[in-house]
Amino acid sequence: MESIEKIRAAHKILAEFHYEPPKVQRGYAGQTLYVNVSDNAIVSKPVDEKMKSTFIGGRGFGLWLLWNAVSSSTRWNDVENEVILSSGPIGGTTVYPGAGKSIAVSISPLTGTVIDSNVGGHFGPLLKFAGWDAIEIQGKANKEVIVFVDGNKGLVQIIDTPEEANDSYVLPEQILELFAEFPNEKVGISSVSTGSGAEHTLMGCLNVSFYDVRREFARLKQAGRGGIGTVLRHKKVKALVVKYLGVKADSNAPDNWEELIKVGSKMHREICEQDPIMNDMRGNGTSYLVSIMNDFDLLPVHNFRYGSHPQAAKLYSTEFKKYFSLGIPDGCWYGCTLACSKCVERFQPHTGPYKDQSVHVDGPEYETIAGIGSSCGIFDAHAVLEANFYCDTYGIDTISFGTALAFAMECYEEGILNKERTGGLELHFGNTLAMLEVLHQMGRGEGFGTVMGQGIRRMKHIFTEQYGADSQFLQDIGMECKGLEYSEYVTKESVAQQGGYGLANKGPQHDEAWLIFMDAVAKQIPTFEDKAEALHYFPMFRTWFSLNGLCKLPWNDVEPADNKTKYEPWLAARVPEHVRNYIRLFTAVTGRHDVKEPEDLIRMSEAVYNFQRIFNLKMGYGTRKHDAIPYRSAGPVTVEEYESRAERYDKQLLDFVGFDPEGKSTKEKMDALRAYRERRYESLIDAVYKRRGWTPEGIPTLEIVERLGIDYPDVVALLKKHLREKESN
Amino acid sequence: MRVLIFKPELCNGCRICEEVCSQTLFKEANAEKSAIRISEIAGQPGHYEALICNQCGECIDICPTMAIWRDKRGIVRIRKRLCVGCLSCVGFCPTLAMCIHADYVVPFKCVTCGKCAEACPTGALSVEDLPDAKPTETEKRIKVVA
Repeated sequence: MESIEKIRAAHKILAEFHYEPPKVQRGYAGQTLYVNVSDNAIVSKPVDEKMKSTFIGGRGFGLWLLWNAVSSSTRWNDVENEVILSSGPIGGTTVYPGAGKSIAVSISPLTGTVIDSNVGGHFGPLLKFAGWDAIEIQGKANKEVIVFVDGNKGLVQIIDTPEEANDSYVLPEQILELFAEFPNEKVGISSVSTGSGAEHTLMGCLNVSFYDVRREFARLKQAGRGGIGTVLRHKKVKALVVKYLGVKADSNAPDNWEELIKVGSKMHREICEQDPIMNDMRGNGTSYLVSIMNDFDLLPVHNFRYGSHPQAAKLYSTEFKKYFSLGIPDGCWYGCTLACSKCVERFQPHTGPYKDQSVHVDGPEYETIAGIGSSCGIFDAHAVLEANFYCDTYGIDTISFGTALAFAMECYEEGILNKERTGGLELHFGNTLAMLEVLHQMGRGEGFGTVMGQGIRRMKHIFTEQYGADSQFLQDIGMECKGLEYSEYVTKESVAQQGGYGLANKGPQHDEAWLIFMDAVAKQIPTFEDKAEALHYFPMFRTWFSLNGLCKLPWNDVEPADNKTKYEPWLAARVPEHVRNYIRLFTAVTGRHDVKEPEDLIRMSEAVYNFQRIFNLKMGYGTRKHDAIPYRSAGPVTVEEYESRAERYDKQLLDFVGFDPEGKSTKEKMDALRAYRERRYESLIDAVYKRRGWTPEGIPTLEIVERLGIDYPDVVALLKKHLREKESN
Repeated sequence: MRVLIFKPELCNGCRICEEVCSQTLFKEANAEKSAIRISEIAGQPGHYEALICNQCGECIDICPTMAIWRDKRGIVRIRKRLCVGCLSCVGFCPTLAMCIHADYVVPFKCVTCGKCAEACPTGALSVEDLPDAKPTETEKRIKVVA
């Protein structure tokens, strides 16, 4: 405790803002908090009805606030850029599983345009109960600061905090000690922090904490995608901290508690009965997906060359479950009985600053296992856990780390990189120690770690310009789109999911659409029009979660017992009873009675989705060429890849391309297959743009923005400029 | 531990127990506010079943805030000030005996007060002392700390 007192003694209040905490009404606090760490301005901004009806909350609020904060020339490291977190009107509901998400929004260092990343933990809900629907951090501090919000006292402070740790294994614990006046107050504190790796790379994540009352430490969830942690560290913000004591069932002040009781307790019962016989999320978290993906040839292996591996079983959930402490709550917000957060309470890293110490770590999630494990050829559960621990500690996104490392490893195997160029690291697939060392280098800001930390897009340029690598080959194997590293699904056999990744507004993340089974296994969407319909419905539907502070998992990682027998397969994939739950939930919280059918949810999302597309356009992206994907996402790049699945590809050439593979060289067959698959992707884009009402260049039309109520003067001016340019071309 | 026991063969479905329970808990005769729920078994007229807490304590491990605990007599109770009303306990109760009513934001349950057994005209309800339930994961942790 002495050290805590020393840390506290070094605190200096740089700015203070007192406010009367408003009572939350039907899911909204009715104001957002603006903090500028350059000039220490702290301002309350009102939330009006138009903002609520158009942008709803969460990602929508983040996009709107950021849109008004940045210009088309703002770069990620400009002072104008912001880090915004917001939950949403349903966020903070305790009675329905998965209702405590926050959505972080910023201009991404990796993509150069707007990024959104959702995260669990208690920050967003507590922030709202403290009186703020969103927090907006702008500027760049000249000292290390913490922004502290005390929702009980009605106080916001910017505090000079020179002594706190930087890394997220220690800092959230220090914050609990510093800001809880008594131990029982820890439960009311949540922090947003990152780490040294976020400073030295462009793939920094945010760690959002929640205090685990039984395990008695801070658990961390990550807003991983797009380098928002890097932005936060660039601003010299060590952490955002919110404190609010007194969460109750009615803290979110729902319009209709009786209805919430019905829909919430029904869902808890369903999880109690169905989860054990479905995915056992309560026992495995998302690690259960590894075996399924391997079985269906969808698990990325060796930088997405392949979709399965004989050693994959070493990464199955059974290997991780041995480490988890189970039998007590694991929800990352109150009432999440699906409880996918899994905790390893005692873990001993073999390397790095915590070598041989006993630490705790959450996870790993499927994405982490597949990205750092199979995609890098590392079939070692302990190594994946160790990398997960250090990624969180250093504030690095496990997905970008895994996918970028797999790319670097393939470059090493291909001779583009060598020991001289990596500073001695032998980046062969499967080299666990090299994987961990490059991660520690990111934490320390040294060596090849700082090169890899730039992400795949920049590595491609470096390797081409400095090492003379074949730029086309790097383009083909570099699993990034829009500058963001792919999340962890092999999409070669599903053109719909190629679009699910390539057309995602933020870059290739699976939270917009996951259509592989529907497309490639169940064959439910055979035509391009069918695929386009799916690429309209599902991205819009999934966007809706991020507007409301909801997690996607309780939607379809558990299903009512009769879901598959009651509905046709295409409809069952939408889980109609759960969609109905969400309509009831939204209405019960907000009191809005104009939302009655699934289409009403889609319409709500459409406004925000199109706005985000237009935001990309504002930042110099958002057109067709930015939806291009690396060929490895669509087909085999190398001879080895083709020949590993030659029977499949030969048959497709014969059946669909009209190309007889008999007697042809692998190269000839690869060329024919590539031409066919690239054509299909372009046809898919045509169909999706048409379904979404966009021009063939992928730009929303004026009619669309008018219909959706996002026809703000600057939006219209931007669209007119682009549409005029198109005409004059 | 003290547990309320229901003998279905003695129940005549008068539901006096529900009225007594809700009076005891909420000073109101309202079956929906009773921690014991009697219903006629579908297809078996004149035969009744009861939803009552058997004090198994599974809800102790479900509660995210440690609002649910077991007292010295083995009775599972709710600390209202800690409850956030998530209703996880309502959904996960093995005997469907954790109750909630729209007038309140905290669930309620049988605490084996025995009032219903005293009022039961047929002896279908009784309070008995049973061997202690197995400690829950939460209780094991608390013991380790203590």
